[in-house]
Amino acid sequence: MKRVAVIVFPGSNCDADALAAAREAGSNAYYVWHRDTDLQQADSVILPGGFSYGDYLRSGAIARFSPVMGAVAAHARAGGPVLGICNGFQILCEAGLLPGGLMRNARLRFLSRPAWVRVEATDTPFTCLYQQGDVLEIPIAHGDGRYVADERTAAELEASSRVVWRYVRDNPNGSMHDIAGVCNTGRNVVGVMPHPERRTAPVLGGQDGARVFHAMEARHATQHAVDVRAVGDRHLRV
Amino acid sequence: MSDYRVQVRVMPRAALLDPQGQAVEHALRALGFGDVAQVRVGKHLVLEVKAASREEALARARAMCDRLLANPVTEDYDLGVEAAG
Repeated sequence: MKRVAVIVFPGSNCDADALAAAREAGSNAYYVWHRDTDLQQADSVILPGGFSYGDYLRSGAIARFSPVMGAVAAHARAGGPVLGICNGFQILCEAGLLPGGLMRNARLRFLSRPAWVRVEATDTPFTCLYQQGDVLEIPIAHGDGRYVADERTAAELEASSRVVWRYVRDNPNGSMHDIAGVCNTGRNVVGVMPHPERRTAPVLGGQDGARVFHAMEARHATQHAVDVRAVGDRHLRV
Repeated sequence: MSDYRVQVRVMPRAALLDPQGQAVEHALRALGFGDVAQVRVGKHLVLEVKAASREEALARARAMCDRLLANPVTEDYDLGVEAAG
């Protein structure tokens, strides 16, 4: 059983969903308050979605200075898996743990609806149970989801296959290169705008996001989708 | 030490799409201001800093921008400093 720390900032609102998704996948998931500096031997860390600090100044700009972020950065530097979802992605960019930044949606409106992403990279701790090219239906819920980076960074991301998820069918927010998620050079820090924790069971409308959480549990046993059964048959009817 | 009033202007990078600016531009045109172009929307922050000199106040304000007030990936900023009355 892996230990999964879900960081709670003032204004996080997807923390309970992320915790439930990780527990459903078999992990020992627990909350860590943003003022704490101890991740309690976490194997993986999740920065959940929400509106930390009311999105004042810029989304994620203030949360990145929370006391816990020193421990998150140390965990990331040591190669530990870190997943930022939506606001968590924004925080990771503001903290410099991921390149680029997230700006206001091109059509300005806050969007809360399903989106479709293609899995572009499977060699991350969170996407290793998918097959490259899988198309997933995962909800988005954001106003600041337009991923931008300078041209050199964007070219680097493409050349090193660090675009993890890419929007298909349509690009809801105008992100460059249709980017929905990226990883760092070490591939252990991943940020995505869509919410996989909201698609982990049929009752939620689908379970395309479930394998993100199963991956945290299965990762050390297997790096390959063909070995998914090692997690437990109950989780496999995806 | 004296008080300095610092004005910080933070603007979205010129090369990046500014949908707020575009929306405002469209609204202005709809109101008959057909002569308007290149509208961009940014932020204006005003703060007071205690410093020994104007230069020091400027340096402190620049450090604040680099750490928190502006995101170097998406925004540019410029500063104005004057003695606070």
